[in-house]
Amino acid sequence: MNENYIAEARNVVKIFGKNKSEAEKMMKKGLGKDEVYKKTGATVALWDINMKIKKKEIFVIIGLSGSGKSTMIRMFNQILKPTSGEIIVEGQNVEKLKGKELRNLRRKKISMVFQNFGLLTHRNVIDNVAYGLEVRGVPKKERLKEAEKFITMVGLEGLGDQQISSLSGGMKQRVGIARALLNSPDVLLMDEPFSALDPLVRKEMQFELLSIQRKLEKTIIFITHDINEAFKLGDRVAIMHDGVVVQSGTPEEMSTNPVNDYVREFIEGADMSMVLKVKNVMFTPLCMVRENVSAANAVREMRENQVSSAYAIAEDMTFLGIITLDNAIKARQEKLPLFSLLTKGIPVTGEEILLKDVMSKAVEAKFPIAVVGDRGKLKGIVSRASVLSSLS
Amino acid sequence: MNWDFLYKFPESLQIGSGEAIDIAVKAFSRNHRETLRMIKSVILSSINSVYYLLEVIPWALLILIVAYLGWKASKKKYVGLLFAGMLFFIGMAGLWSSMLETVSMVIVAVFISILLGFPIGILVAMSKRASAIIRPVLDLMQTMPAFVYLVPAVILFSPGKTPALIATTIYAIVPMIRMTNLGITHVDGEMVEAGSAFGSTKLQLLSKIQVPQAMPSIMAGINQTIMMAMSMVVTCALIGANGLGMEILLATNRVEMGKALMPGIAIVILAIILDRLTQGLIEKGVPAE
Ligand SMILES: Nc1ncnc2c1ncn2[C@@H]1O[C@H](COP(=O)(O)OP(=O)(O)O)[C@@H](O)[C@H]1O
Ligand SMILES: [Mg+2]
Repeated sequence: MNENYIAEARNVVKIFGKNKSEAEKMMKKGLGKDEVYKKTGATVALWDINMKIKKKEIFVIIGLSGSGKSTMIRMFNQILKPTSGEIIVEGQNVEKLKGKELRNLRRKKISMVFQNFGLLTHRNVIDNVAYGLEVRGVPKKERLKEAEKFITMVGLEGLGDQQISSLSGGMKQRVGIARALLNSPDVLLMDEPFSALDPLVRKEMQFELLSIQRKLEKTIIFITHDINEAFKLGDRVAIMHDGVVVQSGTPEEMSTNPVNDYVREFIEGADMSMVLKVKNVMFTPLCMVRENVSAANAVREMRENQVSSAYAIAEDMTFLGIITLDNAIKARQEKLPLFSLLTKGIPVTGEEILLKDVMSKAVEAKFPIAVVGDRGKLKGIVSRASVLSSLS
Repeated sequence: MNWDFLYKFPESLQIGSGEAIDIAVKAFSRNHRETLRMIKSVILSSINSVYYLLEVIPWALLILIVAYLGWKASKKKYVGLLFAGMLFFIGMAGLWSSMLETVSMVIVAVFISILLGFPIGILVAMSKRASAIIRPVLDLMQTMPAFVYLVPAVILFSPGKTPALIATTIYAIVPMIRMTNLGITHVDGEMVEAGSAFGSTKLQLLSKIQVPQAMPSIMAGINQTIMMAMSMVVTCALIGANGLGMEILLATNRVEMGKALMPGIAIVILAIILDRLTQGLIEKGVPAE
C-alpha cells in the first residue's frame, strides 16, 4: 500500500439486478452492456474500475448521466457494495467491515454531500449539521457548539435555527457541506453537489470549496458532469463512460493528450484557459541578443529573421528586456552601446501559470510577453496569437 | 325427460365446508377457554375504564374541552362553537351515555390499532418477506365484508363488547398499517442515504429520519383508523355492543323512524368532530424533533 494514496478502487465491478454471475461472464467474453442487459436483465453499472486517490487532492469523476458516477462514489462509504473487486480506504479493505466498524468508518473517516442536499426537512439547520455527532451519542450541548463552528465556516452564521425550507439552494448546500465537515472526516464524497444550483451561485460555491479545501486539507472525491467544473476544481480527473474509466490524469494531461475521440469531444466544451498553462503554448523567440553583441549584428539578425524586435538576455540567460529594430539601427548609426537603448518593463510570466491568468496581459501587451523561470532566466515567449489560437 | 339435474347442483358433490370450520372454531374455543376468558376480561376492563374516565368528566366540561380543541385544531372560533352546539344536541336527544359508550369503544379500538399497526407498518416497510406475507392479508381484511369476521368473534367470545371490539380493531387497523408503511417507504431516498452515510444504526435511521418524515402519512392513517373504528362500532350493535348503534337497531326493529333518526344524527356529529379534530393534527404537519 502506497502511503500517498488514501483511497483506492481495484477492479471494481457493480452489477444491479438478477443473474449477476451470468452477466459477469458475458462481460468477460466482451459483450456490450446493452447486450448483456437484453439477455440477462442485469445492469452493469461499473466494470473493472481502478482508481487511486491521493491524500489531500481533489479527485474529480466526470461523465454523462448514467455513466456510473454515483454508483462509484457510493462504493467508498459502502452505501453500495461492489459485486466484485476491492475498495481500500486508509489501508482498510472496507467491504470486509461490518456493523459497528462500518459505522465508525462513516462516522469518523468519510462523509458525503448530496446532489439534492439530502437534508432532513423536519429539523432546523443546526440539528441537521449536528446529525453526525448526534448518532455518535455526543451530548447535545457539545454537538451544538461544534455545529455552530461549521455553520459559521460555511457562511451561515446566526442561521442555526432556520427551517430548511426557508433556505435558498445555495444555502442548503452550505448546510450539507457543514454537516459533512462536522465529523472532521479525512475524505469528503461529493456527488454533483453544485449541479442543482444556478450558475452564479455555483461559481461562488466552487470558490468557497477551494478555499475550505485549502484551509482544512481534506481529500475530496467530487462528481460533476460539467467539464469546466471538473477542470477548475480537479487536481486529477477521471472520465467515465458506460461504467468504465476512459481516461484519468491531470486536466492538463487530459486536454493536451486525450486518449480517444470520446475524451476529445468531451473536453471540447471546456474553457481551455482554465487548464492550459503558459508552458503549453509558449515558444522560443526567433531572435535573441546577448549583452556583448554589436548593434550591427543585432540589426542583421533581426532582418534575417524578419522580426522587429529581439529578446535581450545576459550571458546566463537572465531576461533583460527587448531591443527593437529601430533602436538597434539608431545604436548602429550613433555608435551607442546597444544595451543602452534597451526597452524595459516588458511583462513577464511563469511557465506554470494558467492561461486564464495571463490572458489579459498577453492580449494587451505590445510585444509577446516573456516567460521566465528560476532567477529570471528566459524560457520562452507567449504571444497574443498563441494564447488565442490555443483556446479555440 | 327430467332436466332437473342441470339446475340443481348435485348434493353428492357438496362438501360440508361451513360445518367443518364451525367445528374447528368451536373446538378452539373449548380448548383455549382460559386464554379467551383472559382476553375478554382485559378488553372489557379497558373499555370500562375509558368509559368511567369519560363519565367522571362533567358534561359541560367535556363540551368545553371539545370546543377548545376544535378552536385550536381549526384556528377558527366558530368551529369550536359549532362543536359545542352539536355535542349539546346529543345531550338534548338523551344520547349522552350511549355516545360515551360508543366513544370509549372507539378509543380502545384505535389505541390497540395504533399500538399494533404502527410496528407492523414499519415491519412491512423494512422487510420484503414480512411485506409478502402481510400485504395479501391486509387486502383480504379490507375486501371481506365485516360480517364475516363478526361470526367467529362471536363464537369465541359470545355476543357483547368483546367480539365487537376485536372485529372493530381488525377492521380499523388496516389503514394504520398501510399508511405507516406508505409513509416510511416514501421517505426521500437521499435523506435515508444521508442517514446511513453519517453512520446511523437502523434504529437511529428509523427514529430520527424515517418516522419523523412519515409523520403526516401516519397521522392520516390514524385519522382513517378512527373513522373506520367509528363506523364499525356502530355496525357492531348487531352483535350486542351497546351505544349509539344499539339505539338505532332497537328503534329500527320497532319501526320507530323518529327514534332511529336521533342516534343516526348523533353518529354523524361524532364522526364529523373526530374527523375534524384529527385532521387538524395532521395539518400541523411534522412535529419538530
Ligand atoms: N439501484 C439501482 N438498481 C438498478 N440499476 C441502477 C441502480 N442504481 C443505478 N443503476 C443503473 O446504473 C447505471 C449507473 O447509474 P449512476 O451511477 O446513477 O450514474 P450517474 O451517477 O453517472 O448518472 C445506470 O444505468 C443506472 O440505471
Ligand atoms: Mg448521479
